[in-house]
Amino acid sequence: MAAADPVTIHELAAAFAKGAASPVAVTEAYLARIEARDARLGAYLTVTGDEARAAARTSEARHRAGRPLSPLDGAPIALKDVFCTRGVRTTCGSRILERYVPPYDATMVARLRAAGAVILGKTNMDEFAMGSSTEHSAFQLTRNPWDLARVPGGSSGGSAAAVAGGLAAGSFGTDTGGSVRQPAAFCGVVGFKPTYGRVSRYGLIAFASSLDHVAPFALDIHDTALLLGVVAGHDPLDATSVDAPVPDYVAALAEGVRGLRIGVPDEYFGEGLDAEIERAVRAAIDVLRGLGASVERVSLPTTSYGVATYYIVAPAEASSNLARYDGVKYGLRVPGKDLIDMVSRTRAAGFGAEVKRRVMLGTYALSTGYYDAYYGQAQKVRTLVRRDFERVFERVDVLAAPTTPGVAFRHGDKADPLAMYMNDVYTIPASMTGLPAISVPCGFNTGGLPIGLQLIGRTLDEATLLRAAHAYEQATPWHTRRPEFA
Amino acid sequence: MISREDVEHVARLARLALSDAEVERMREQLSGILAYIDTLRALDTAGVEPTSHAVPLVNVMRDDEPRPCLSQDEALANAPDRSDVFFRVPRIIED
Repeated sequence: MAAADPVTIHELAAAFAKGAASPVAVTEAYLARIEARDARLGAYLTVTGDEARAAARTSEARHRAGRPLSPLDGAPIALKDVFCTRGVRTTCGSRILERYVPPYDATMVARLRAAGAVILGKTNMDEFAMGSSTEHSAFQLTRNPWDLARVPGGSSGGSAAAVAGGLAAGSFGTDTGGSVRQPAAFCGVVGFKPTYGRVSRYGLIAFASSLDHVAPFALDIHDTALLLGVVAGHDPLDATSVDAPVPDYVAALAEGVRGLRIGVPDEYFGEGLDAEIERAVRAAIDVLRGLGASVERVSLPTTSYGVATYYIVAPAEASSNLARYDGVKYGLRVPGKDLIDMVSRTRAAGFGAEVKRRVMLGTYALSTGYYDAYYGQAQKVRTLVRRDFERVFERVDVLAAPTTPGVAFRHGDKADPLAMYMNDVYTIPASMTGLPAISVPCGFNTGGLPIGLQLIGRTLDEATLLRAAHAYEQATPWHTRRPEFA
Repeated sequence: MISREDVEHVARLARLALSDAEVERMREQLSGILAYIDTLRALDTAGVEPTSHAVPLVNVMRDDEPRPCLSQDEALANAPDRSDVFFRVPRIIED
């Protein structure tokens, strides 16, 4: 690809409108790059070349007629293999769904198709979205485009690596405890978890229902606003989806940050935070101050309880959601002498070690005699975490913090489950409270690995977060850096 | 600290056939994770209402009207074993 070629979705849309680029040629170029390079990256589990070419042809006809369906018409997009796609295998990174072919599209997939997006394929992930490195996929490793010896983060690692590595113009993942923001930070792209309920989860394979969010990855904030705008909005098929108007996110970008009040929570800069990340994030906050925002210190005292609370609530809900994998209706079946034996053998063979660990942890936390001490207590702590945020959002509009305590680690470096869980310490609080939170590239460490700035906002106030992130991005060069791999 | 018997009991509840080696590894790992999670017990939550969802939700109702849905063949297409229009499963009731 030549340096002047469009790479972002908004650049592609402008080029399609002028006739300077064609959806068919762009799709072919992406498919060729995937063919040539994904063996090294491992971002995709399934590439849907024929479907992508067909979608690109109809997109091209609409552009020729001057009637594109949306700014996403013809944009090559990748989807985490957690979203059901009609007629296309959807594995959730698990042996138990290795041959599962959904008979329907998730609502967000249907909305992307209706907007004219070209779906390139399904990306690798930690099995059932449980993990922070994509190493828990039953199928393959995914590598970080900035350093192939390192993880892309997880659980949506394939979708993050695809965008960072130039193998998709944009993508979607899911964020339950940080599974989009953390890989976005590790891969140097934008990842945006909107408010809980903002995007329908109909057709999303469930992990932890009170925490699962659909979230986009993009190369810049303009693209992030476009991607979120297409999938956001009420869906009668998802009873947890919020019935609230969706603003024009792109229009909100121009407003800048003058007068915006930014809070910096002390607890996000404590023990365990890498010094280079702290420097980069504090420098980013200075940039926002220089652009006219006011900055003040705030406190979220329950922050340190987030990980423990999350690792009760999420496994408990997972143990219930994953009870459906019983070898009867779909998925793997291993024969047994009776029904219970068949179910137990099927689940033993179909689930990997991390999924078994969480199902066991969740079943234990919900079992007789332990429910109040674990699940009941965790739900109460969740209330305390929410109150912390409510208190600070009376004084500030946006919180600024690191996305992760460290940069991308090497494959195999976090073999201890608890060490892996601690990686989510800064992303879990916004998951448990359902608050919108975005990770924006804010620099590199001395080893050339990306660093993420996290901005957290008020419920349903995605527009303010995008506005702040856009002002920061436009004042800094980070979003224009690409790894050598791309 | 949890025992092997605890692990085996929970595995039965969770319908997971674990090997002996898995039971031992699970006992060690779950004990470590639970020891960490126990830090929560130190927090005073007397009188605090539990939060079950991130945003307040009320029951969502709709009219009870028939709508298009999957055909029997579509619904059965992924079944590991079927018989006519049924999912087939191993014996449930003893002779």
